[in-house]
Amino acid sequence: MSPNILAIFYLISGVLFILALRGLSSPETSRRGNLFGIIGMAIAIGVTILSIGNFSIGFVYLLIFLVIGGSLGAFIAFRIPMTAMPELVAGFHSLVGLAAVFVAISAFLKPEIFNLGYSGNIKIASLIEMSLGAAIGAITFTGSIIAFFKLRGIMSGSPITFFGQHYLNLLLGLLLIGLIFYLCTTQSEILFWTIISISFLVGVLLIIPIGGADMPVVISMLNSYSGWAAAGIGFTLENSALIITGALVGSSGAILSYIMCKGMNRSFFNVILGGWGATDQSSIKSSKEQKPVKSGNADDAAFLMKNASSVIIVPGYGMAVAQAQHALREMVDALKKNGVKVSYAIHPVAGRMPGHMNVLLAEANVPYDEVFELEEVNNDFANCDVAYVIGANDVTNPVAKTDPQSPIYGMPILDVEKSKSVLFVKRSLSPGYAGIDNDLFYRENTLMLFADAKKMTEEISKNL
Amino acid sequence: MEIDPFIFRLSIFILSIFVGYYVVWSVTPSLHTPLMSVTNAISSVIIVGAIIASLAGNPENIFDTANIFGFLAIVLAAVNIFGGFLVTQRMLAMYKKKKKDK
Repeated sequence: MSPNILAIFYLISGVLFILALRGLSSPETSRRGNLFGIIGMAIAIGVTILSIGNFSIGFVYLLIFLVIGGSLGAFIAFRIPMTAMPELVAGFHSLVGLAAVFVAISAFLKPEIFNLGYSGNIKIASLIEMSLGAAIGAITFTGSIIAFFKLRGIMSGSPITFFGQHYLNLLLGLLLIGLIFYLCTTQSEILFWTIISISFLVGVLLIIPIGGADMPVVISMLNSYSGWAAAGIGFTLENSALIITGALVGSSGAILSYIMCKGMNRSFFNVILGGWGATDQSSIKSSKEQKPVKSGNADDAAFLMKNASSVIIVPGYGMAVAQAQHALREMVDALKKNGVKVSYAIHPVAGRMPGHMNVLLAEANVPYDEVFELEEVNNDFANCDVAYVIGANDVTNPVAKTDPQSPIYGMPILDVEKSKSVLFVKRSLSPGYAGIDNDLFYRENTLMLFADAKKMTEEISKNL
Repeated sequence: MEIDPFIFRLSIFILSIFVGYYVVWSVTPSLHTPLMSVTNAISSVIIVGAIIASLAGNPENIFDTANIFGFLAIVLAAVNIFGGFLVTQRMLAMYKKKKKDK
């Protein structure tokens, strides 16, 4: 196959990938979009194999490895529970990162097969591209592993910080740039390995100071990194499919990070440089006990909701933890039978990754046209009888609007407090991730339901 | 003077960033999780590099160090491609519209 025809095919895959993302603009077109993506991938793999035209024993091994990886991936994809989606995505990012590192290593060890020159005499541009690709890939790899551990609960979600952390990161970053320059002049293999090792370290150091609830930003950011790593390798291999995809994925992740940061009213650097939760929690605890709290049981909640004409459900990460989405849907079904109008309100940063709540609700067969984003639904709270807050906390805290001293001041929140009554399902009065007390708990119109989200929802259903 | 092919690739890259920017802004927020899993799947097109690394080389010695890294990268990318597309498919299949009241 001539290189020109090959390039045309890669361009076609690139366009199909664009269409795959375009399809996600609405759930109806999304499935076709995914199919475009699969076709694009099949074309890219097919023409690459044909262009090499080597069907000897190596090809057999290639197929074997493809099948091993493919069946492992398919197995995971079918078995993974929807609540584990954030971990899965983090895990997948790490694989892309590591694959980028491996391809870069091959290219460095055997540049002649990629037409990049010869060992010890690689084209400077290619050397820069492949070391950048390898470095970003390595950062993506270890960073995603840490994110995976934190999401999976293997590692504590609380931020790990130490003195001089940011200076160390800065120093390592500068060192990496210096080493890449040095590599270009010496072509030394040891330098190349050093660059990769330092990048692995940087990945770990970048993610450990970031706390659990900031994971939506982290996952989006790592998504972006995996794209830039792919683009770097794409430049090295002079492959337009990889360059297009890398750019798409890179900008996609960047936009998601931006949306997530905006949802918390924080700058990107503020998130990256370390978590909340380091605030003084003792003062909060002491002031808390003085305020009166109304608490109720499933009976009260059922009575309130049954007699309401409209209910808005506000789910958060707690719903995912308690796996309460199915119980919730059953409760809503029972409410609908009683003629209650029910809708769902999703805050942009609810959950541990962008769109986390939407997927869980979709899993529980909640129609997507009953689920609304913050801007769409926020005015409805004023006219709603009951807001049922299940597993959300900080994103409903009115303090964000009233108290300029609060760390979450200015964060867009769901105006839950405007509804006639608020049912707040929570295990205890403990503050949320931001480490601040939720003013909503002590409001006149708030009824606290102290219980596990799933159990409480099931009990309410029984009482309806 | 001829234009360096690198400039063409850079042009593709920059234009793709813009395409990505506008396409991703039009993605509905409720599909942000599938967006992540599908971008994850398509970024595994890096497998083309892995295929070249594993196949192109001396047929007599297919387990040269460079080839081994190629094969390893194939396994990793294949996990992602199959896993990413299938899990996206699985998620998207769950998004249903409200049934019309009969």
